[in-house]
Amino acid sequence: MQHAEPITVPVDTLLDWYRTLVFCRRFEEQTERSFRRGKIGGYLHVAIGQEAVPLGFLSAIRPDDVFFVSYRDHVHTLVRGTDPGMVMAELYGKLGGTCKGKGGSMHLFDVARGNYGGYGIVGGHIPLAVGAAYALRYQGTDRVCLCFFGDGAMNSGALHEAANLAGLWGREGLCPVVFVVENNQYGMGTSVERASAVVELARRFDAYDIPNERCDGMDVVAVYEVARRVVEEVRRTGRPYAVEALTYRFSGHGAADLFQPYRTKQEVERWRQRDPILVLERRLREAGALDDEAVREVEAWAEKRVQEAVSFAESSPEPPPEELYRDVYGA
Amino acid sequence: MTYREALRSTLVEEMDRDPRVLLLGEDIGVYQGTFRITEGLLERYGPKRVIDTPISELGFIGAAIGMAMLGLRPVVEVMTWNFSLPAADQILQNAAKVRYFSGGQVSVPLVIRGPNGAGVQLSAQHSQSLESFYGHFPGLRVVAPATPADAKGLLRTALRSEDPVIFLEHAALYGIKGPVPDEDYTVPFGQAAVVRRGRHVTVVAYSRMLHLALAAADELAREGVECEVVDLRSLRPLDMETVAESVRRTHRAVVVQEQWPLFGAAAEVAAGIYERCFDDLDAPVERVTGEDVPAPYARNLEKLAFPDEDRIARAVRRVLQ
Repeated sequence: MQHAEPITVPVDTLLDWYRTLVFCRRFEEQTERSFRRGKIGGYLHVAIGQEAVPLGFLSAIRPDDVFFVSYRDHVHTLVRGTDPGMVMAELYGKLGGTCKGKGGSMHLFDVARGNYGGYGIVGGHIPLAVGAAYALRYQGTDRVCLCFFGDGAMNSGALHEAANLAGLWGREGLCPVVFVVENNQYGMGTSVERASAVVELARRFDAYDIPNERCDGMDVVAVYEVARRVVEEVRRTGRPYAVEALTYRFSGHGAADLFQPYRTKQEVERWRQRDPILVLERRLREAGALDDEAVREVEAWAEKRVQEAVSFAESSPEPPPEELYRDVYGA
Repeated sequence: MTYREALRSTLVEEMDRDPRVLLLGEDIGVYQGTFRITEGLLERYGPKRVIDTPISELGFIGAAIGMAMLGLRPVVEVMTWNFSLPAADQILQNAAKVRYFSGGQVSVPLVIRGPNGAGVQLSAQHSQSLESFYGHFPGLRVVAPATPADAKGLLRTALRSEDPVIFLEHAALYGIKGPVPDEDYTVPFGQAAVVRRGRHVTVVAYSRMLHLALAAADELAREGVECEVVDLRSLRPLDMETVAESVRRTHRAVVVQEQWPLFGAAAEVAAGIYERCFDDLDAPVERVTGEDVPAPYARNLEKLAFPDEDRIARAVRRVLQ
């Protein structure tokens, strides 16, 4: 880990982040309930426990920057400012969803906000992000591209081919991409130690001459500090960078991962001590910026906002049959 | 103009016209292209627009998709279509579908081009025809021009399209010559062409097989058999109307493809004929296809493995019996 000058984040921003983290948590919990009630179908991958990573990184980029995400994409989409009702409606398969109900949980898009989507094949979106970064420089801009993926994608050929291209194109200053490895310790049920010959995943980017570091993915301030510095550098140099954020998902891999035989309750409990909401809450309480009443207020606000999203999703119409054949081709 | 020059000159015209067009591929720059389609283009446009890639199809085809999503118009050269298979996940799972699962928020104006089909003694891994493989997937356009004029007209359409295009050339066609109009014409997707008029039987083909079909038609003409030859040009979208219109007049059909018989383009075309003009047929539709084996190396075995003029002529005689 490298240490630069600490960035002082204003308390108001920290409070905003706290509200966002609590809201995202309540939102994800609601999606699990809605899944159990049959309102959400297919696969559902929540990011409970991992929220600080997307929040920290997406707080460090500009509105005109772009990003690509794996299928665990709800939190990224929410913190980027997409209307929660539209996100929930997408999960409900409704016309009012981000993609008119045609993508679902794994394919949230909001291109107007630079969200180039969630992708369902592990590692499959990483080459896209490298090409997108090239395009941004080709077009003569100083925009950057973030590419979020899990530890599981580190073992896919797509990652390695894309990283090699990024290293090559970066030498010419033509690949402003940040690889954000959301290392939640497990690729589905297989731990990093059982899947990767090198467990310090960041180091694997050395092979492509891509500067890299690890950060604490449970502390949004720590994530943000790294993200801001790295994004600034990538924007300036046009060279790729990789950050491995150490994080943990408290929920199962997907909604069907009920028994989790690959890990112990004790392990989950240990990580829960470092729940990103708790970490930030402690920080704010120590600063005297948050008390019990304020916490209750945030909880009530978050719950209300989630219920509004559910109401929107419930009342949104199903996509009409004409949508079946729309969007297959352009022109 | 040769087929090769038709392709190359179209790339030049479109790159001159539209700065969003850029090229990626293995050895397309310094080496000048395996089949010299991109000869001189690195010098003309520079390394930012003519990108020599590592041997890494999954990586650079995926990256080209990302470029297209951000508004560029990349043209990827695959040295042969056999080498697209490591990138099949990118082409089929991302390029073909991202418009759909994003609810229409992104386009992928991408052209992937290169030689498809058998060469001479290239054996099992380098002789495949992948049109039915890619043609299976909604979201892709699949074209296979047989002449220099169509190579130019279809490449122009591909380069101006908003969709990913699988552009299938054929190594045996690069040197052929043919007339090419001077004006800025395009050949639309999904428009077959009747390239020879005849009243006894409709022979449907595309790419290199078109030339075999025409040669067979010449031979049959000496026997008094008049073949109508239809060049599909596009496989997705597939212009069944032109085929059916012809079959309604001739009442007989032979469909030719280089690829393996099972689930192939000829089966699709034959089914389309049965659906549209069953009552017009005077004989079952015949298919002429490659044999159902991996391509062998030995010259004599290879000749047995792929269609030739005689086999097409024999199929025509069968449907006329």
